[in-house]
Amino acid sequence: MTVLEVRDLYKGFGGVQAVAGISFGVAEGELLAMIGPNGAGKSTCFNMLNGQLRPDGGSVHLNGRDITGLPPRDVSRLGVGRTFQITATFGSMTVAENVQTTLIAHHRGLRGLWRPAAALHRDAAMALLERVGMAEQADRACGVLAYGDLKRVELAVALANDPMLLLMDEPTAGMAPGERVELMALTAEITRERNIAVLFTEHDMDVVFTHADRVIVLNRGKLIAEGTPEDVRANRRVRELYLGESAEAG
Amino acid sequence: MTGQIVVQFLTGLASAASLFLIAAGLSIIFGVTRIVNFAHGSLYMLGAFIAYSLTQRLAAGTAYGFWISVLLAAFVVALIGVVIEILMLRRIYRAPELFQLLATFGVVLVVQDAALWIWGPVDLMGPRAPGLDSAVDILGQRLPEYDIALIVISPVVLGLLWLLFHRTRWGILVRAATQDREMVGALGRNQAWLFTSVFFVGAFLAGLGGAIQLPKGGADLLIDLNVIAAAFVVVVVGGMGSITGAFLAAILIGELQAFAVLVLPESTLVIMFLAMAVVLVVRPWGLLGRPMGEHAPGQAAEPLLRPATPRARLAWAALIGLLLVLPLIAEDFTLTLTIEIVILALFAASLHFIMGPGGMVSFGHAAYFGLGAYGAALLATTLNTPMELALLAAPVVAGLGALVFGWFCVRLSGVYLAMLTLAFAQIAWSVVFQWYEFTGGEDGLLGIRRTPWADDRIVFYYLVLAACGVAIYAMRRMIFAPFGYAVRAGRDSRLRADAIGIDCRRFDWMAFLVAGAMAGIAGGLYVYSKGSVFPDEMSIPRSVDGLVMVLLGGVQTLSGPIFGAAGFTWLQDEISRLEYWRFILGGTIIGLVLAFPQGLGGIWRQIEALIRRRRATGIEAGR
Repeated sequence: MTVLEVRDLYKGFGGVQAVAGISFGVAEGELLAMIGPNGAGKSTCFNMLNGQLRPDGGSVHLNGRDITGLPPRDVSRLGVGRTFQITATFGSMTVAENVQTTLIAHHRGLRGLWRPAAALHRDAAMALLERVGMAEQADRACGVLAYGDLKRVELAVALANDPMLLLMDEPTAGMAPGERVELMALTAEITRERNIAVLFTEHDMDVVFTHADRVIVLNRGKLIAEGTPEDVRANRRVRELYLGESAEAG
Repeated sequence: MTGQIVVQFLTGLASAASLFLIAAGLSIIFGVTRIVNFAHGSLYMLGAFIAYSLTQRLAAGTAYGFWISVLLAAFVVALIGVVIEILMLRRIYRAPELFQLLATFGVVLVVQDAALWIWGPVDLMGPRAPGLDSAVDILGQRLPEYDIALIVISPVVLGLLWLLFHRTRWGILVRAATQDREMVGALGRNQAWLFTSVFFVGAFLAGLGGAIQLPKGGADLLIDLNVIAAAFVVVVVGGMGSITGAFLAAILIGELQAFAVLVLPESTLVIMFLAMAVVLVVRPWGLLGRPMGEHAPGQAAEPLLRPATPRARLAWAALIGLLLVLPLIAEDFTLTLTIEIVILALFAASLHFIMGPGGMVSFGHAAYFGLGAYGAALLATTLNTPMELALLAAPVVAGLGALVFGWFCVRLSGVYLAMLTLAFAQIAWSVVFQWYEFTGGEDGLLGIRRTPWADDRIVFYYLVLAACGVAIYAMRRMIFAPFGYAVRAGRDSRLRADAIGIDCRRFDWMAFLVAGAMAGIAGGLYVYSKGSVFPDEMSIPRSVDGLVMVLLGGVQTLSGPIFGAAGFTWLQDEISRLEYWRFILGGTIIGLVLAFPQGLGGIWRQIEALIRRRRATGIEAGR
């Protein structure tokens, strides 16, 4: 079943058409990688999916529901988890509190004025942290964690609102090669067991070809190829783009 | 009719001149050093006073002597600016921005008393500019010749500044530094020189602004804070760091005021701040400003917020116990002082609520204290409302104010938010100050009596203690409750908070409401402790008092504002009988900031860390 359905998305900045008519879908339990050179329109496209940017044209549907142009907080409430290229967590809270805050938000409990938040959803938060391998560091401040660990926390936070879709912008950027494989393997495992649809952008081709079920390739705001990692690897236009190979002159 | 409009238009342009000069200086300094220089109004005031003294001595009565005096005064002020920069600011460029602000406010106090000592308390009438002392006829209306000189001066200065910034190496450096902060760091050794020279130019412009308005406005001890508020408005409306923006904004504000006088003379103060509020809501970075990064002042890496440890709980219990038995052991005046301290501790804690967890710095928190105070006082004096009801109404009035003002404020961030809070506080202040029939204006409202059962000082003491204690405790609970987490989440990372479905703006707004209502409780109690209320309770110095309390106590700790309030109120009480107490207070603030750039709360943490380290090594040694 298709979770995310993107139809004919457009976005321009001044004279530049950053995204010029892109359509694709992501199915349940599927890991879809979005790749392309710098400036291909990946980030712009991504930011339109979760509402940070409003598209000029086209539509975004989540489980058949039109979410085009909704602000990020509404998109989140409809079941979309998000991780960022540069991790965004709450530095003045512990690892567990980061997840707890998300859980409280998910259960619409943020208006509570009296009962201490520290006791709320603690077990659920610990279970999530256990799943991403961060349970031991649950009571450390987020501000002092190693970057790789921060990425794990972000994954736990993104999972906390029980999403049907996970949007991950360069999930392994800034990590050591060993950590990258580990984190993506973990992500793949979790998304399969929860049957979540995942869309991620990535520069590391090893990560893409190892973990993605399907790949879409963007260039200059347009979709130029789509298919299994093998198909895409063999695609002439993709090879031209990445390797500068020109199969035909002109 | 047309004549009147034309002349009024020209008057507006003339009054824009000195506004433009001081705002341009403020803007240049902020652009490069990122310091919001509260003392800029003091430099302007010094410009006026020094120019006055010089015109009395230098070839008095000649045009030549007058203009030389004006320029010389600006030059002297520029040197004073350089001294301030080298002796004070240079040491604290790395401190949190709010501490820099605090230090410059210390300078305001010091300069006030220095000026009082040198020039005395009497307002000085400025001399007329020789050769420009008559008026010209324009369409049947008369316009002072000096106004024409002023109208000419500001575009000339704008032109000279343009040349300076576009045709000299120094100017290009300044512009680059304004646009790219990292470049400033890359300058290395030249940075100190650049900052000092920027301060020289900025202070020169402030001094010139003060000096050229001398024939129109004279020199007095109140112009520093009046003009700094106006200068903030001009800079913010024009856009931080934009000189052309400051020029346009100065004209806009000058014209608005000039025509407001014709329509409704009481509205001159309000109109300026209203214009600012409107511009900021439509263009959050001012007319010609550029968006600044997601960076609020005073926001260093926030440490974890932990509930009280058992030992801290014990300390709190001891403090509360002491406060409960205080009436048995203390004399009357100690009790009176303690009442004031407890009330102001609530005021400071409410300011901390939005500044600390909320990350929103308010330069105008006195507005809500004052709204609570005037709300209660007006109910008591006009409707004979009993104390109990008036005290309950105080937070409602203040909360309503916070709801309205906050709606605008939470749309901005950082310095712009702080400036808008100041603007709203000034609106509230000017309404109270100028609406004589309703609020008594400067004379205040007197004779507000407590209900008979609470008339006794000791009973009232317990009432204050209970009300403030409950209010402070409630805020503490909120900070550790989900609501507080939501507010902190928005402060720590807007991006993440948005992505997990938190409506940050709404929570900021609610935090504003809570802080405002709590300040209102403090204001209401304050009225009944004093029996009177004056516009001072919502003026800039009162707002700054709150900032000083919070910052000295430490923004990161929840107990900070309470101890800050106690220390500050006690100190002020100790020295307020002295003639030059502002000098002492200002000097103390500057000294504390220089000695402890991370705040007094910071020292406590350092000591704690030291003890812990020592204990840790002790344990290891014992093994």
